[in-house]
Order: sequence, then structure tokens, then C-alpha cells
Amino acid sequence: MTRRIVGPFNRVEGDLEVTLDIDAGQVVAAYVNSPLYRGFEQILQGKQPADALVLVPRICGICSVAQSAAAALALADAAGIAPPANGRHAANLTLAAENLADHLTHFYLFFMPDFAREEYRSRRWYHGAVERFRATVGSAPNEVLPARARFMQAMGLLAGKWPHTLAVQPGGSTRPLQSSEIFRLHRILREFRAFLEKTTFGGPLEDFATLASRDRLDAWRGQARDGDLRRFLDIADDLDLWRLGRGTDRFMSFGCYALEEGRLFPPGVWHEGRLHALDVGGITEDTAHSWYAAIGRPQHPADGGTLPVAEKDGAYSWCKSPRLGGQVVETGALARQAVAGHPLVRDLIAAGGGSVAARVVARLLEIALVLPRMETWLNQIVPGEPWCIPSQPADETAGVGLIEAARGSLGHWLTVRRGRIHNYQIIAPTTWNFSPRDAAGQPGALEQALAGLPVGADDPLPAAIHHVVRSFDPCMVCTVH
Amino acid sequence: MNLLWLQSGGCGGCTLSWLGSEQGSLFRLLADEGINILWHPSLSEACLDDARELIARCADGRQPVDVLCIEGSLLRGPRGSGGFHRFGGGTKPMVDWVRQIAGRAKHVVAIGSCSAWGGITAAGMNPTDACGLQYDGEAAGGLLGPEFRDPGGLPVINVAGCPPHPDWITETLAALAHGRLGAAQLDDLGRPRFYADQLVHHGCPRNEYYEFKASAEKHSDQGCLMEHLGCGGTQAHADCNQRLWNGEGSCLRGGYACIRCTEPGFEEPGHAFESTPKVAGIPIGLPADMPKAWFIALAALSKSATPARVRENATADHQLRAPSVKRVKK
Repeated sequence: MTRRIVGPFNRVEGDLEVTLDIDAGQVVAAYVNSPLYRGFEQILQGKQPADALVLVPRICGICSVAQSAAAALALADAAGIAPPANGRHAANLTLAAENLADHLTHFYLFFMPDFAREEYRSRRWYHGAVERFRATVGSAPNEVLPARARFMQAMGLLAGKWPHTLAVQPGGSTRPLQSSEIFRLHRILREFRAFLEKTTFGGPLEDFATLASRDRLDAWRGQARDGDLRRFLDIADDLDLWRLGRGTDRFMSFGCYALEEGRLFPPGVWHEGRLHALDVGGITEDTAHSWYAAIGRPQHPADGGTLPVAEKDGAYSWCKSPRLGGQVVETGALARQAVAGHPLVRDLIAAGGGSVAARVVARLLEIALVLPRMETWLNQIVPGEPWCIPSQPADETAGVGLIEAARGSLGHWLTVRRGRIHNYQIIAPTTWNFSPRDAAGQPGALEQALAGLPVGADDPLPAAIHHVVRSFDPCMVCTVH
Repeated sequence: MNLLWLQSGGCGGCTLSWLGSEQGSLFRLLADEGINILWHPSLSEACLDDARELIARCADGRQPVDVLCIEGSLLRGPRGSGGFHRFGGGTKPMVDWVRQIAGRAKHVVAIGSCSAWGGITAAGMNPTDACGLQYDGEAAGGLLGPEFRDPGGLPVINVAGCPPHPDWITETLAALAHGRLGAAQLDDLGRPRFYADQLVHHGCPRNEYYEFKASAEKHSDQGCLMEHLGCGGTQAHADCNQRLWNGEGSCLRGGYACIRCTEPGFEEPGHAFESTPKVAGIPIGLPADMPKAWFIALAALSKSATPARVRENATADHQLRAPSVKRVKK
């Protein structure tokens, strides 16, 4: 058996390294390492609770608003308040703008460039992929950046700027919108829709959003006009990305986008073709293979702690190992849509489980589903009605904020004592997906997805490994925070 | 001009902000200005051994580097080992790579307040012993030391901000590419003066409220954010309200305080970020260059002269009173 340490993986937001044990030309075990520690949970201790709103978005430059939203929810929970309707619509619009921009960034800047690798020179689609998707010089990234920047002007109006806003507050939004801003936001959403329908989907968003099965997806492709999604599906079939990178097939979502009642995408767990309730009390974080002092048994995050140790036997990552009821789960757009009951996603999972192709399709599906919702939320705003209610958490209190970032479930657990943050624990999406082994030896979701892949001991690392790693849209800066 | 970009103890938000550039495609803009990205962790195709090989060549001089951009704090811990960030795939701490390449690069640019001063990562107990390239908070020093100069005699160029505006980054790089950035173009803290010689206050749309000290009392109010809600825009060096963010935004336009994110030590203001510390009802942080006695006198005067329209609108989330219409008498 040979051991290979491979890194840095780039185009993953942050630093990532993977150790592969290889035997007979395939991965027998993978160990995923996050080689960067920053210590936000330690930094937050002793701060005034509201200061979390400044600190936590800076955990992550790509899911900054999701971090803000989780903190705002935790603070609102601690104070026992909820935003007024305008505040709720603004929070939804802001989170949706980030999540959709992230999906687009992932597809065009992080994921697709791997198909322009030399390894694929003999494929019929290779030259097209190079022209369209090659990093920085391809025609697609150069079309997408200006369209994305125009779309992000929604953030200028809703949140002052992106990343790192303070507009998302426990009581609502600091930014009242009047009719002129609503008009301009409407133009931004409509222009983004036009871009997506021309460039990415090659047709109306609703045609794609309402596909109910893999067969319908294939039929939709058959009407091909154009569009980068069809280009991807073509490649996905040729390389059979529908069976690559299967993980745990236990999918979790915390749910997101607050409605008057419940959430647009509800929380839950999808496993073996059945929907299960999310048992938040069953979440634990294990540090058996992480560089942290163990505090007895794995802890629920409300009682958890973070104390880094430089040397520890058996440890190989700064990432902890979160588990749900002791189980490894996968989180992300695929999980979110499976839990929310989208028939296409459930059909894809029934056929091939979590796969590289299914994860990518689920992300684009979510763009097609959510942009029309943004148009609706914008329409529901009533200028002159309240945007934000004041809040002050009690001196002794606790709160939980559960939300979905683009790349999956994000949770903040806050305890306040004597008016200061006593404990603040964060579990980010990639902490779930890229966790190391737990005390029971269960590998994390990516570690499971990499096992069995063909790879030589000395050859260049196959592109397939890159596809699997990036199919999770990892955010390593969040993972360890 | 070639450019090597490395990230360490940060959130990647400077790069994400940069990608929001509104000058057409950022990639085409860079090429057009003669800037060639050798490697960028979020944008380049090369990774794993190819990336490591390139970085090694930059470190030993086989690959000359014109501009080294560092995003994120430099993590010296634990116990001076740099072990809180190893560059993936090897054993060497990132701080060692940065020291080596900075010693050879023609210019070194700190992208964002983390790599300029230490930034948010250095907040609280600073668990990772984070610092900037040439500053440790307000103190000169940092990873490279106060004496560091590039071969042309420049200190580290600090494109401070959390994050920096996309154009602060691009304009700095373009000025370097065209040989237009010298010591005279940097302020006392190494920040490019084209944006650091302004105050965030300049161009603030809440200016009428500021003039009359008609203050917001709670989030979503339209009034001035200085008196109660922690705004440091009258002291913070940046052109945020002239060069707007994401179209037409800025922190103040977004309805929340300027937290002075371009300034060293902003991460520990000594009070809650969104509240204004006061002594005897007077905010402690006065506007830049404003004599205290005059500020107090003018504030008292302007408060007593506040028009009812301004006073009422200041604490509302929409306009209660429009400016009156005056007809010319005929």
C-alpha cells in the first residue's frame, strides 16, 4: 500500500489537503485535512452578543451573509423576537442573492475548469470545454463575471455591500427600501434572469425548475437550444459522473428562507427514500481525530468547546467531526432539495445516490427555483411598513440559529452569561461534508466518496478526484473557522 | 507584470469582493493592464504538485515575482511555529513561504486589513498569534518587520479594508504595473492615498442629518449613525461613499455604522461595534481634524436649529415629511 499526500486543492475557498492510501490502483482510504485554524469560537468568547454580527460574517468571504443570518437567528432566538414581514423578505432576498451567486461562482469558476484539463484531450467535447470553461481565459468566466457583478448590485441595495454586511439583524434589516430601490432591484433580478436563461439554461427557468425526473431531464436536454448546463450534462454522461463520488446517501438540511409559517425549503433528513424529522438535539461534535482537546464524550454544540492542541496522537485535521445521531450526513443543495421534496432530485438520488452530477444539477436547479421566488419576495415588500424591531438579549440566555448556506447546513449555538458571550459554537456545511473520522472510525462524507476511486501511486492525480472534491462546493475557511 | 497571490489566515472575502469588480470582466481587465496572474488559489487551474512546484520556484528565485499579494493574517502560532497554517500538501508553514517570497518579490501588497494589520483574526485573545505583513495592529513590525522595503524602496503596500473595495485592489495593481505607485502615493500607514486620503464621511447621504445632529436611535432609522449607533465614518480613511460598493452601496447607505475597517486595530474598538461611547453625552470619537470645543459648540447649536422635518425623519424608516415646496412670489 502507498500513501500519497495531495494538496493544495485550490478553487475550494481556502486550503485543503487529502491523504490517500492506495492499493491495487484504487483509493482504499482517504483522510481529509483542513490545514488552517483561525479560532473564531475563541475570539467570540467574552464579546458583547451583538458584536457577533461583526465577527461571524468574517469567518467566510463567500458565505458571509449566511453566517450573518445564522448569528441573527441565534440572537433573535436568545431575545425571543422575530423580524416584521419587510425584514423577513429582506433577509430572504439577501441570503438568496448570496446563495445564487455562490452557485454560479462554483459552477463557472471552481468546478467547470477541471474539464479543460489535458487529461481529457481525447474527448470529443475537450476543445469546446477549453474554449468555454478554462480558468480565467475561457469565454464563460469572462461572460459570467460582469453578469454576476450586476446581480451583486442587489447586495449594494439590500445590504450596503458584499461581503460583510451588518444589515442582517435579529430584528430585521437596517436598510429600508423605498419604491425607487424596489424598482432598481426588480431590474437587477430581471436582467439576471435574462442572462441565466440565455447563457446557463438555454430556456426559461421554470422549464428546468419543474422537471420531475431523470427522463424529463434527458428530454429537456433533447430540446437543446444552447446553454452551459446542457454542455455539462453532455460531459456528465460521457464520463458517467452520475455514478461518481457517492457518499453516505444520508442527506440533511436545516431549511431556509423564512415564510410567514415555516420555511420555503423545510428542515429534515432524507435517507433510504424516506423523509425523517431533523433531531437538532442529536447533533454532536467529535474531536477524536482533530487537533482539539477532547472534553470527554462528543458534545452537543450548545455544550461544546474549542481548545486547539498542536500535538495529538491520531489527529489529522483542524476540522471537527459533527454527527447527527452518531451518523455521517451529507449537506448541500442536493440534500436541501431532496429534503424539500423536489421530484427530480429525489429521482436522481433513487437512481444513483449522491453523485458529482446530481450535486451540480441540484445547485443549478436551485438557481432556477429561487430566482422566481426572489421576484415574489420583492413584490411583497410594503414601503412604510416596519423593517426592524429593536432587540436586546437578556444577560443570561441562549439561542440557536440554523440556516442553509449555499453549500449546506450552518448552525450557530450561542450562550450568554452576565451579558457577554460565554460560548459560541459554529458547525459549517463543509465541517459536515469534509469531517475527519470520528471516535468510532467512521470516515466523513468526502472521505467515503473518495474511497474506491481509481488512482495510481505515482501518476498525476486523476481529474475524477478533483470532480468529487469540488462537487461538494467546499468552503474550507468556514470548515474550521 | 506578473502576480502571485497567496491566502492565509483570512476568509477569502477580499478575493470575493474583487470578483465583484464592475469594470467589465476582471480577468480581461487585468490582461489589458498587462497583469499576468502566475497563480491565485481561488482562480487558477493549476493545483497540487503543479502549484507547489510553482510556489517553490518563486521562493528560491527560479521564477521571478513582480508582485506578491497576500490575503489573510499571518499566523505565527502556536508558540511561534506557524503551525496553524501549513500550505496544503507539505509541512512548511505558510509564514515561511511568505517570508521567503516577500524577500524576492519586486513589490509586496497586503490585500485587506488582515494581511495589513492582523485584522479580525487578531481580535479577542488572538488565539493564532495573527499579525499583518508589516504591522501588528497599530505597531509597525508584523511578520516582515518595520524595516522591510522592497527592492524599489517601498514598504508593504497596505490595501486595507475588510474587505477592500474591488477597485482599490485593481487600481493599486494597475498603478504598480504602470510604474505610477511610489512612496509619495502612500499614506503614513502604507495605504494608497488615492482612496485613503478620503474619509468615509465624504459623500455620506445622511449628511443633512449629520449637520443637524439629527440622529438615528435604532436600526432602520434614517438619521445620522454617529451619535448613537457607533459610526466611525468621520474618522475612517476610505472613499466608500464616493466610490460606491456593489452598484450604489456603502455601509452607511446600508443603514449601519462604519466600523473603521481600513484602520489598524479596528477589530477591538473598546466598545460594542454598533454603539457610540460617550462621556457626559458627548461621543468620544470626534470627526478627524475637528477641535473638540468647536465640535461641542456646533453640535449644541445645530441641534437647537434642527428643522422639524429633519428631526422627525431621523428616527423613522421612511420619509415622514418631504422638503417643503416654495413658490416664487409673483
